[in-house]
Amino acid sequence: MSNSPQLARPTAAETAAVAAPAPSSGAPGDGPRTPVRGHPHRDRAGRAFSTAATVAGSTILVTLAAVAVFLVLRAWPALSASPEELTEGIQWFPEGTTLLGFVGPMLFGTVLASVIALAVAVPVSTGIALFISHYAPRRMANALGYLIDLLAAIPSVVYGLWGVAWLAPRLQPAWAWLSETLGFIPLFEGPAANPPRVILTVGIVLAVMILPIITAVAREVFLQTPRLHEEAALALGATRWEMIRMAVLPFGQSGLISASMLGLGRALGETMAVLMILSPGLTYSLALLQAGQHQTIAANIANQFPEANPLGVSTLIATGLALFVITLAVNMAARWVVARRKDFSGAN
Amino acid sequence: MKLNRHSRMATVAAIGALSLTLAACGSDNAVEDDAAGSTPDAEQASTLSGQLEGAGASSQESAMQAWIAGFQSQNPDVSVAYDPVGSGGGRTQFLEGGTQFAGSDAALKDDELAQAADRCVSGEVAELPLYISPIAVIFSLDGIDSLNMSPATVAGIFDQKITNWNAPEIAAENPDVTLPDLAITPVNRSDESGTTENFTEYLAATAPEAWPHEASGDWPVAGGQSAQGTSGVVQTVTDGQGTIGYADASKAGSLGTVAIKVGDEYVPYSPEAAAAVVDASPRAEGRPEASLVVELDRTTTEPGAYPLVLVSYSLACTEYESSEDATLVKAFYSYIASEEGQQAAAEAAGSAPISDELRTEALAVIEAIA
Amino acid sequence: MATLEQSAEPRSDRPTTRELLTRGDTRRKATDRVMAVVVTLAFVVALIPLLSLSWTVLSNGIGRLSPYFLSVSMRGVFGGMDAGGIYHAILGTVLVTGVAALISVPIGIMTAIYLVEYGTGPLARAVTFFVDVMTGIPSIVAGLFAYSLFSLFLGPGVRFGVVGSVALSVLMIPVVVRSCEEMLRLVPNELREAAYALGVPKWLAILKVVVRTAIAGIVTGVMLAVARVIGETAPLLVTVGVIDSINTNVFEGRMMTLPVYVFRQYAQGLVPCADGATDCIATINIDRAWAAALTLILIVMLLNLAARMISKFFAPRTGH
Repeated sequence: MSNSPQLARPTAAETAAVAAPAPSSGAPGDGPRTPVRGHPHRDRAGRAFSTAATVAGSTILVTLAAVAVFLVLRAWPALSASPEELTEGIQWFPEGTTLLGFVGPMLFGTVLASVIALAVAVPVSTGIALFISHYAPRRMANALGYLIDLLAAIPSVVYGLWGVAWLAPRLQPAWAWLSETLGFIPLFEGPAANPPRVILTVGIVLAVMILPIITAVAREVFLQTPRLHEEAALALGATRWEMIRMAVLPFGQSGLISASMLGLGRALGETMAVLMILSPGLTYSLALLQAGQHQTIAANIANQFPEANPLGVSTLIATGLALFVITLAVNMAARWVVARRKDFSGAN
Repeated sequence: MKLNRHSRMATVAAIGALSLTLAACGSDNAVEDDAAGSTPDAEQASTLSGQLEGAGASSQESAMQAWIAGFQSQNPDVSVAYDPVGSGGGRTQFLEGGTQFAGSDAALKDDELAQAADRCVSGEVAELPLYISPIAVIFSLDGIDSLNMSPATVAGIFDQKITNWNAPEIAAENPDVTLPDLAITPVNRSDESGTTENFTEYLAATAPEAWPHEASGDWPVAGGQSAQGTSGVVQTVTDGQGTIGYADASKAGSLGTVAIKVGDEYVPYSPEAAAAVVDASPRAEGRPEASLVVELDRTTTEPGAYPLVLVSYSLACTEYESSEDATLVKAFYSYIASEEGQQAAAEAAGSAPISDELRTEALAVIEAIA
Repeated sequence: MATLEQSAEPRSDRPTTRELLTRGDTRRKATDRVMAVVVTLAFVVALIPLLSLSWTVLSNGIGRLSPYFLSVSMRGVFGGMDAGGIYHAILGTVLVTGVAALISVPIGIMTAIYLVEYGTGPLARAVTFFVDVMTGIPSIVAGLFAYSLFSLFLGPGVRFGVVGSVALSVLMIPVVVRSCEEMLRLVPNELREAAYALGVPKWLAILKVVVRTAIAGIVTGVMLAVARVIGETAPLLVTVGVIDSINTNVFEGRMMTLPVYVFRQYAQGLVPCADGATDCIATINIDRAWAAALTLILIVMLLNLAARMISKFFAPRTGH
């Protein structure tokens, strides 16, 4: 069990969590160490300290529980209201739907945007990670990694500004071309919206935002590929790419999956960039290039929160609850994958 | 290790020094007091002091900044804050007693009026139409800065029935303009807003056949382009080609604007034309005496009136629990209603100064605040 | 690097043994080369957003950035006035994030200590698991939570600095725990054992030896956590509100923060300027938004850089 990182490489800490699954508390030989018993009065200080530590640890659980409880409490008026009351009380609540029917399309939009982001970001970040870990000169690797990490340092509101002012106008011709040539595929059905305030643009911006997270994790994992595996592959006459395919990628696969899940979690909850870039709409449409078809939960909350009356706020908090549940599920799935990987890699 | 500790202390010291400088060098004096402008005359040297908090419509934000700046320069010891949370939020916070005044794009609803009776001790709520702003229909077409349209045409476009710029409806009204063969992309507000409510109300009143929807703060037609906030709409219209949207006229920038048909003539937006329609409109009935709610006459045929306007109300109580609050609100609102205040808003926000009659009425209500 | 070198073979109809052995190589080598290009391209593609973003923000923001802009608030500024700054927003960001750090750092470090030094059994496992899960809470949900919490007790429309700090803490605690945990685990066991052998009680050994050794890493982790939350907009939008003037009281009254300032200025959009007005800039709000965005990015990058410096120069000599 020696897959802790060689040296602290403090990328965004949460990425390190996956990259270097440091032996968790249960690991043998790494558990609590019991010192020789000291004087009784000293022991009291010791007990106070350990209690404080335990309490702090429990705070995590309490906080998570509190988040759930308070969201439910504040969402309750909306959760318990009939569809008629909601339609009556809230202007933007679509007629003839239930709360679930209202959340549904937004959930769809949220997942759709995140899936696009993943589909773009995962291959690209795998490439970047490979470039840094196996192609670029060793001495440059750290600096290049830092360059990518810089992307993580940019606040999401700035991504929104950039997406609107720089990216969208440049994507418009590409989207128009896409809808003209591939328009027969429902995904790219035209006409492409101008300006391109569509879910595909949002997906691209989200992809850029989660790129550094996935890259950081993937890089760490690829660097941990056992040297012997790599050299064995090369010794068999494999080219560099074949070596990567045979030794690095299989080893990094589960790490990559959990990295993607982390990215997915981040993309699901992104607010400001989506709010500023997307023309929202509440449908289950697959047309990625049409405006006014999709909306994400987080952006909708930020969009409607200011004007919302108390019932509206409750409804928005209820949708926030749905988002919370989804991200929890995604993160738990990611942890589960990591845990399995740990068992797996522990064997070698 | 020893060296380490020293450098660590140095770092801590450096950080401490940095934050101290940060704390010391800032100031609230963004605008230098120039002797001519803001020194109050001796006779009206202010004795007011205190804090005033308000929240509400974001449409009033620019005007409110001008009012707050003007009022604070007359009364240096008063601090006024306005949080543009939105009309709904502003009304809620005001009625809950969280703020002393509020701005709202819509008059209070009946249940809110009942709540207001509690909030305002034994008084009632004052609703003053002190911010009147024309809503412009803006579009982005190369080489065209103005188009004539009847309400039915505007409604057809925004209902996605008229879909091309060279449609016969538009061409008929603009014989002198070469219209491009280009798809029309209507842009609306994605958030609930007073601008949308006024716009849809106008369309519903003036073009009931072409606009089958009810007036609503939330845009009723699905599937178009939309954006958050006035600036989002302006940005979206600017970014596209063949886009058309509606926004507070002051934010229209260099975009093309539509002159709408009133009676038999086409009227472009202007502050004067917007003020004219407010004067021509009757008051809403069955409301408290201090409430000067205007029932906008959207179908007016008054020459030179521009009925596509947004009226945003300034809310206050006629009686406050603390006399300090009352004095401050009274002074602040008197300034807003004054010619000077209205002029300041017109310059900063492009709003329409209220007429003298309306001012007299409003000032009478404000005088009664206690 | 270590692939088989392939020399040019003589042309003949019958393949030699050598050819048979290396037949596939042209295709394989081509694939290898193509993939090298693809992988390099991936990196280049990632640089496009980075460069264009930096350039867009820099070129749009640098014009307005000045000592004046950094040292005044927006009080009394309206319309197209060529005035106003972000001092109140910087101060608000520092205070709100500072309080968030005050809340999350002790909890985070103690939790990390618990996990590394004390934790066993189901509780520790649960904490480890949920710390990870907590890193995934969407920021807007954290904001709604803080708003729900305070509005339940203080009534709707509650907005002041600490509410935002609580929201940020929810986002920050798991990051602090994670990085501190890493750092504490890096402290060699021999140090602990040496301390115990000298009769030092466990809690003192932790404080004086373990934490002391890992302090640089912990500081780095905390700074990175701060950098992570300092750019959050959505949670502050629903909890802290906006104001034009300086407010130093985190317990009362709205505060401006940098990310929210950027968003608000962008949202205010164009200013109507009378024709020929010389002291009126129509795009002033958008200019301010870019300049504030530039400042925000600079702050975040400085924090990141400082964190890396600390970890580089002050890192304890570990077993390596």
